Amino acid sequence: MSSKNLILSKIKNLAQEEKPLPEIPNFETPEDLLETFVNSVKLNKSTLISKMELQDLVNSGAYPKVYSGSKLIEDLKTFTLPENPKDLNDLDLAIIDGQFGVAENAAIWLEDENLGLRAVPFITQHLVIILEKSKILGNMHEAYTKIGSQFSGFGIFIAGPSKTADIEQSLVIGAHGAKSLRVVLV
Amino acid sequence: MSHPSQAANFLKDEKRAHWHDETLWFVREKRDISSKGIPEWEELRKLASGIKDHVLTKLDYYLEELEKKATENGIKVHWAKDAEEHNKIVLSILEEKKCKAIVKSKSILTEECHLNPFLEKHGVEVVDTDLGERIVQFLNQPPSHIVLPAIHLKKGDISEIFHEKLQTEKGNEDPTYLTNAARIHLRDKFMKAKVAITGVNFAIPETGEFVVCTNEGNADMGVHLADVHIACMGIEKIIPRREDLGIFLRLLARSATGQSITNYNSHFRSPAPGKEIHLILVDNGRTKQLGREKFKNSLKCIRCGACMNTCPIYRRSGGYSYGSTVPGPIGSILSPGIDVKKYSTLPFASTLCGSCSDVCPVKINIHEQLYEWRQEITKAQGWSAKGMSMKLANGIFKSPLAYKVSGKVLRATLKTLPNSIIYNPLNVWGKGRTVPEVPKESFKEWYQKNRP
Repeated sequence: MSSKNLILSKIKNLAQEEKPLPEIPNFETPEDLLETFVNSVKLNKSTLISKMELQDLVNSGAYPKVYSGSKLIEDLKTFTLPENPKDLNDLDLAIIDGQFGVAENAAIWLEDENLGLRAVPFITQHLVIILEKSKILGNMHEAYTKIGSQFSGFGIFIAGPSKTADIEQSLVIGAHGAKSLRVVLV
Repeated sequence: MSHPSQAANFLKDEKRAHWHDETLWFVREKRDISSKGIPEWEELRKLASGIKDHVLTKLDYYLEELEKKATENGIKVHWAKDAEEHNKIVLSILEEKKCKAIVKSKSILTEECHLNPFLEKHGVEVVDTDLGERIVQFLNQPPSHIVLPAIHLKKGDISEIFHEKLQTEKGNEDPTYLTNAARIHLRDKFMKAKVAITGVNFAIPETGEFVVCTNEGNADMGVHLADVHIACMGIEKIIPRREDLGIFLRLLARSATGQSITNYNSHFRSPAPGKEIHLILVDNGRTKQLGREKFKNSLKCIRCGACMNTCPIYRRSGGYSYGSTVPGPIGSILSPGIDVKKYSTLPFASTLCGSCSDVCPVKINIHEQLYEWRQEITKAQGWSAKGMSMKLANGIFKSPLAYKVSGKVLRATLKTLPNSIIYNPLNVWGKGRTVPEVPKESFKEWYQKNRP
């Protein structure tokens, strides 16, 4: 017998009585979505910057290699992504659009079309996500209702810069992925 | 080795043991603050528990659905009845890709299957990329906690091993400095690996996708740079619908570390152009556990580690004292299901205070199962000193005369009993305890004198 059939028949042979699948009710969401989102951003050690500040950042010369895939702020476009993500190892700053944010935890949803290459938000040294103010939802339940059945090969909630506390529980920002996350609300 | 003797080892370094205890309690407190910020917390736990209960009763259906949908999405699905088959599947993929070096993000399942030594034996270099896991890998140790793998180590230990392996400055114990050294070291590994292995937090049959959660971003760094992604999951990791993720992602990080969500929550549905995703579904004793009515609940576990952080025994005995892949309260109900003889002392490594069950985000009745395992184990062993003394006590409590006489005898002997009887290796009860001061008379005698 194949392992698949073996595993399935072992479960079937238990002849378990089916327990019902609970329905998920609607839960109350924060009154001021924007304020809650901004607070959550800070708690997650990300920073909120304005569109102007982003322009200054890009023009400052502090980030030699900048990629922008943003459609929300168009004049930032820099270079076309390479085919091999490993060629982005020297990327200093990536700017991409998020689809929506979640107030309770500052998680921002992105899919393949926002990322260009899936490696972009991880391989870059610093990350900027641009988000429309009107696209902030209350909690994770609303988030999954919004995502619904839309199809993307890859989707991700990003909630902050890469971090670790594996050395004596001391929080260190910048483990493997982006060393900082800046959020721009437009 | 039994839990008590391993715990005694851990407690030899009193200062470190105290630090361990306090640090984990601090994590537990963060969990409390975070969960109390959610008014519907208890309802979320109830829903999560209900969803998992449902899944377990229809696991065969959901596994087949998952395979069907994932295959439609272009994911290659494999089935492994045990650890050996799982390891062979991984190796065969690596051989096909002519891959001799892999990066791996945190996966308790691959620890359980002892994948690393198996692959190393076959000439494959395995690099654990979670910082804590890389640290313990340098030391040839397993993780001592499922969420905080290096929680038993101090920064001095880490500085020392990094100096040896990564040539960091001798004596530099700054966590930021050490983390950055690991970042540079691991980035090089990420750039070179053709195959990346990850665990799975949740798999969704409705969409054929699976979700991996990390804070460091190491899982994503690995898989997006590699050509092939191998994801390994126990068959109990299923939740039916995409919308169920809303419940579980709200619970997982808050229970684990007190964060509102993990930083990176990646949903893998189909491979990027030109790349491959393999998903291995592993049984390795889970169907057996599912057949144990009293213990099947343990399969609801989402590996948040909250029961470890709160457990007065875990905090004071360390992860290694359990000698099992998953330590702590949940490990003590999972491990006897795998090998009851080897892990026979684990269900006794508990005060049965029930704190584990109180914090469990999927409401597993952990302490009740610990109690059930104790009975199974005692039955299987047939004889115990405690069993004998209970029988003796039963006889004494039945006869008023025997009770009266034995009380007198005990009061007399406890005073004169030589210490060697209490504090000897045969009497584990004597460890860390003293004999109470003996009253001059029994309560009955006192009552008769004072309340005529």
